[in-house]
Amino acid sequence: MLKYITSRLLMLIPVLIGVSILAFSLIHLVPGDPARSILGEKATAAQLEALRNELGLNDPYVVQYGRFLGHILQGDLGKSIQSKESIGVELIQKLPATIELAIFAMVIAIVIGVLAGVIAAVKQYSWFDNISMTVSLFGVSLPIFWLGLMMIWIFSVTFNILPPSGRLTTGVELNTITNFYLLDSILTGNWVALKDAFLHLLMPGIALATIPMAIIARMTRSSMLEVMRQDYIRTANAKGLRKTIIIFQHALKNASLPVLTVVGLQFGLLLGGAVLTESIFSWPGVGRYVYLAVLGRDYPVVQSTILVIAAIFVFVNLITDILYKYLDPRIKYE
Amino acid sequence: MKKRYLFMLLIIVAMILSACGDSTSKSNNKDNGGGEKTLVFGRGADSIQLDPSKVTDGESIYVTNQIYDTLVRYVEENTEVKPALATEWNVTDDGLVWTFQLRDDVKFHDGTDFTAEDVVYNFERWTTSAEFTYYGYMFGASEDDMGGIIEKVEATGDYEVQITLSEPNAPFLQTLAMPPFGIASPDAIEEHGDNYFKNPVGTGPFVFKEWVPDDSITLTKNEDYFGEVAKIDKVIFRVIPDNGARFMELQAGTIDIMEGLNPQDIATAEGDDALQIIRRPSMNVSYMAMNMDKGGPMSDKLVRQAINMAINKDELIALYEGVGKEAKNPIPPSLWGFNDDIEPYAYDVEKAKALLAEAGYADGFDITLHTFSNPRPYMPQPKLAAQAIAEMLKEVNINVEITESDWDTHLATVENGEHDMAFLGWTGDNGDPDNFLYVLLDKDNATVGSAGNIAFYKSDEVHDILKAAQVEMDQDKRTELYLKVQEIIHEDAPWVPIAHTTPPLAAKSSVVDFVPHPTGSEPFNLLDIKK
Repeated sequence: MLKYITSRLLMLIPVLIGVSILAFSLIHLVPGDPARSILGEKATAAQLEALRNELGLNDPYVVQYGRFLGHILQGDLGKSIQSKESIGVELIQKLPATIELAIFAMVIAIVIGVLAGVIAAVKQYSWFDNISMTVSLFGVSLPIFWLGLMMIWIFSVTFNILPPSGRLTTGVELNTITNFYLLDSILTGNWVALKDAFLHLLMPGIALATIPMAIIARMTRSSMLEVMRQDYIRTANAKGLRKTIIIFQHALKNASLPVLTVVGLQFGLLLGGAVLTESIFSWPGVGRYVYLAVLGRDYPVVQSTILVIAAIFVFVNLITDILYKYLDPRIKYE
Repeated sequence: MKKRYLFMLLIIVAMILSACGDSTSKSNNKDNGGGEKTLVFGRGADSIQLDPSKVTDGESIYVTNQIYDTLVRYVEENTEVKPALATEWNVTDDGLVWTFQLRDDVKFHDGTDFTAEDVVYNFERWTTSAEFTYYGYMFGASEDDMGGIIEKVEATGDYEVQITLSEPNAPFLQTLAMPPFGIASPDAIEEHGDNYFKNPVGTGPFVFKEWVPDDSITLTKNEDYFGEVAKIDKVIFRVIPDNGARFMELQAGTIDIMEGLNPQDIATAEGDDALQIIRRPSMNVSYMAMNMDKGGPMSDKLVRQAINMAINKDELIALYEGVGKEAKNPIPPSLWGFNDDIEPYAYDVEKAKALLAEAGYADGFDITLHTFSNPRPYMPQPKLAAQAIAEMLKEVNINVEITESDWDTHLATVENGEHDMAFLGWTGDNGDPDNFLYVLLDKDNATVGSAGNIAFYKSDEVHDILKAAQVEMDQDKRTELYLKVQEIIHEDAPWVPIAHTTPPLAAKSSVVDFVPHPTGSEPFNLLDIKK
């Protein structure tokens, strides 16, 4: 096992080099000039040229890429050319926001999605099955920005029971340690902030959970249907085992392998792709950070952040693979 | 199995927490007790840096305009200037040496005294790098001559500063009133070095307190402000990226005022007693430039006039959805020197056809129109505007081919003069007509590769008048000159002027005495919140 993990971690290196080349080429292929986006439309040609030189944008691509890679190898993610802030520092603020939201959304998606999928499978063709599968079809096709705005309109404007945006109400104090606000408020025993942070998580969390929840529900249902037809389930039934034990202990465990794959992939997607949710709910996370960097042609931010997200994505997939073994002991990693 | 129960337990706890949260979360804005007045300003993007000398984005300038003072400030309604850090000033007859008397009762927010040496320090700092964008741009600095037209800045007393220019510059005072020339505390700059932009220290009506990137910036009032001390205690600039979501926050009451309204929300706000719409006077213009540098039809005045007549401006203004006003001159009406006697070219297809025939283009011609993909403050729907113009010109047999590119590419294309016709716009910097007319229509700025004058309009007559106006210190005489220039430009028709926008803000009705400034930002010390 240890050997497997080591080899997988070693494989990270070529993957990340590939990602870094891809990220570097893509952002440089996009037309646009960072110097222009920093200095604005009013800068003179001389000012632009001076800044391009200062930023090293006039060097050959190979030199620029080499410099980028060199810094990365020294553990230096570089500096944002827009804000002049170290990218490491900015990511330490923004990654926890995104991860916190993604975990929260995944918990909602898994709990509700798996439950709905199991019930739908056990009661196949029942009204619950029909309704939940129709709803989940809506779930995958629902535009998040629309859903988000509707939620704000209903819960914040009309009923005024949930805060519309942000991570904390302005004025609520919280000493941040990890920048995971739920965790920080528990660590510091700040129950006011805990409640406030939790309430702020609800709407973006649910909005972000809709798509994975729908996918998980449908995946669980089909996977469960397949397992429930297996001989050993019939045997268990014949032995007179309690229905819940059959379903949750015997069937669900075997049915969860494909579900786990989906969960791993969806979680990775949420880490990098929550731009819309983060925009609607003013969530200061990584998705918007990269999006703004692309607009502002902030090359270092785009390159380094994509690299970090890719690393996390690979890491999440590694964990998923390890969990496979726990779910299905027949799987052997050599 | 146990883990699964733990999950369930967590969810149940979460539900209970959220249920008991309902009753209390209503009072989640404002008043943290004690009747403190807080203004929460909602906007679409965060500031980039809080060092105004290094930025050009409105989001940074808006905040720094609260923290810093300039030697002179704009008056509340327009771009004339009034005393600020400088109480009075005079200029020698040749327009070269400006002497400013400074206030002797001002302290920076870090407690240090404000003196003439601090002004000198700031001016010298602005000449140390190309990063100080606005200094370089407004005063013509280059790599070889970092000072530009400012030759030297000296402290001629504890509270007296003398600025010597290499050539007379009539808009000089108005330029000094621009927020990028806010005077910063030298001690703070030295102390924070590269991190100064996150720790701004000025003398303004509000003191910087906290910046949570991409979330909020908090300022508190400066009790010792030398001008009018703010009536509100705290200002919070909050980032809410989505226009629709931001408006809902205003309706929900979590913010007090916002910019960047969706057009359809204007009517909603106007119909709501709890809200008000505030329109910012325009300091911009959008136009379609006709490139006179390429030969062909565009270099014929009759053709340019005909195109002006063939375009139905009402249709273009409709695309502004209530925030645009038809333009007839290159400068907006909020500026002094605006020539209101100009009669805009009336929409008249037949007359346009006749003019084209006279110019020898009765059968029309093919032409390109360059536009950009993202909306700009002065042009919300560039693509639709281009399509509308193409349709209109088809009526007079001109066949328009539209080329759409992203903003950076578009700028490069038009500065290189690769277009026949192109959309562009301009937002004024210091509120002086020179900042529109010279920049956009003088032959000095018609250099291929870096053109501001993208019509490549090279009138010697216009050039002579504009140059004379730059060194004329008498305001009335300058006004005369600018009125005249607008007549010539109208006749030569290098552009189709399109619109000036009046960007709307929406606020709670309880926000009073908010006077929007044409430059795009105003200090908040004069406004108040009614209880």
